[in-house]
Amino acid sequence: MQCDVCKQNKATVFLTQIEKGKMQKVNLCEACAHAKGVADPKGFALVEMLHGFGHGEKVATQPQERTCPNCGMTQTTFRKTGRLGCGACYQTFGEGMDQLLKAMHKGVRHTGRVPGWAKVVGRDNDRVEDLRVRLEEAVAAERYEEAGRLRDEIRQLTPPETAV
Amino acid sequence: MMKFATLLRKPPEWMLLDGPHRDIVITSRVRLARNLDGPAFPGFAKKEDRTTVMQELQPVVEGLPEMKDGFSEDLGALDAIRKQVLVEKHLISREQAAKSGGSAAVINRDQSLSIMINEEDHLRMQSIRSGLDLRVAYAALDRVDEELDGLVRFAFHPRFGYLTACPTNLGTGMRASAMLHLPGLVLSEQVNQVIAAVNKIGLAVRGLYGEGTEALANLFQISNQHTLGEREPEIIARLERVIEQIINHERNARRKLVEDQPHKVLDHVGRAYAALRYAHILESKEALTQLSMLRLGSDLGILPSDLGRTIDTLLVEIQPAHLQINSQRKLGPEERDVLRAETLRQRLAGVPEPRPESLQPPVDPEPPVI
Repeated sequence: MQCDVCKQNKATVFLTQIEKGKMQKVNLCEACAHAKGVADPKGFALVEMLHGFGHGEKVATQPQERTCPNCGMTQTTFRKTGRLGCGACYQTFGEGMDQLLKAMHKGVRHTGRVPGWAKVVGRDNDRVEDLRVRLEEAVAAERYEEAGRLRDEIRQLTPPETAV
Repeated sequence: MMKFATLLRKPPEWMLLDGPHRDIVITSRVRLARNLDGPAFPGFAKKEDRTTVMQELQPVVEGLPEMKDGFSEDLGALDAIRKQVLVEKHLISREQAAKSGGSAAVINRDQSLSIMINEEDHLRMQSIRSGLDLRVAYAALDRVDEELDGLVRFAFHPRFGYLTACPTNLGTGMRASAMLHLPGLVLSEQVNQVIAAVNKIGLAVRGLYGEGTEALANLFQISNQHTLGEREPEIIARLERVIEQIINHERNARRKLVEDQPHKVLDHVGRAYAALRYAHILESKEALTQLSMLRLGSDLGILPSDLGRTIDTLLVEIQPAHLQINSQRKLGPEERDVLRAETLRQRLAGVPEPRPESLQPPVDPEPPVI
């Protein structure tokens, strides 16, 4: 049987968890079990782990389900299938995405090839990096007025979900 | 445009060339996942939206200079056996073969480039080369990507990179892989250690036909697991370094087998020769295992050195759909086993008997290609 997380190694750890009367099963290889902290039952929630979301977030108690305005994909379907509906879904379900990506990839920021139309945006990103460095310097030197101005400038250039 | 019959008859370019480390690395492949900015991804799109995307993309892809006189077909127009033939030739994925209308495959004339429309993403583009040649495979694909970039607007996010249906492909959308023949490591029971080590450094090991398939014929596909956070050339360079190390391990394992257990090697090759030349019923798994041993025999000097290419062709030709399409009818499993044995007897009829006295350890590897 394959590991449900990496989909590669042989599963050797088999977990069953009952939460709010619903049974969840998951099969893991040793490496993934260790990486997900399965050894520590207190810090571990099966549902959340399956979807790679933070421990703080409650899965079942969201009153209104988040839905992508572009394609109609819902949070539940995304979590069930692990597939997004369209490009805009990355914006819609952006929250928690970093943790998901951290578990899957080498980094959480794309550094590779950029399509022609996005190269303008890319220049903005370089500018943001530059501003961030200057902001840190300003804060360190207690130049708070300048720091505030730099922060506003960064906000203007950053898409909402990436703002710090 | 090229007909299906031509595609079936014509051997792919990679099979006719001898790429670097061809004795161990059969092929190098790179694939890129791309989506259009706006429309829903194929798996979630409504049928009519999928059709609209296909109608937009198919002529654009067919019009690429690389695709001149190539093959282009709606999956809905191909029967199950023809689709399976494309899978066995590694030109489309098993996932795409399961689709019918609203999905298309465009393949260039020498079968080194194949572009799937509406697989899991709007575009899945693949480049395939002989031997360990990932950089050249990527360069060919990068050109196609660049051309398409001028014609359509790809879904892209400054931080997440190219947006894909599955977050595991996000960023570069690139999966680079090499198909390695590792009989030395399998016979010396070291292959599991190597797989574990490769997994540990963020690379994936798969069987002959991708995810979830068995490592038949001692063939292993090694690919990058991560697509986000590293630049394309970095991913390729890292993968290449690891593969070069595995090649060295395999050569050392073969050398040790020849030195310490020559009779074991000769026995495996001799039995493979006998089975493939004289058997009348051969199941797929056995045939693949024996072809692997025959290839090893050819690499180690016991059998003619040019046999490798015939074997690589046969690995594809003895697959179920190829057998059925060549006999022009649907065959049950038993009939296939008979036909498989017949095909192998015919194709290997002229191969001289193994020459145990010519057994020699693998020659020292060529200097690494930098």
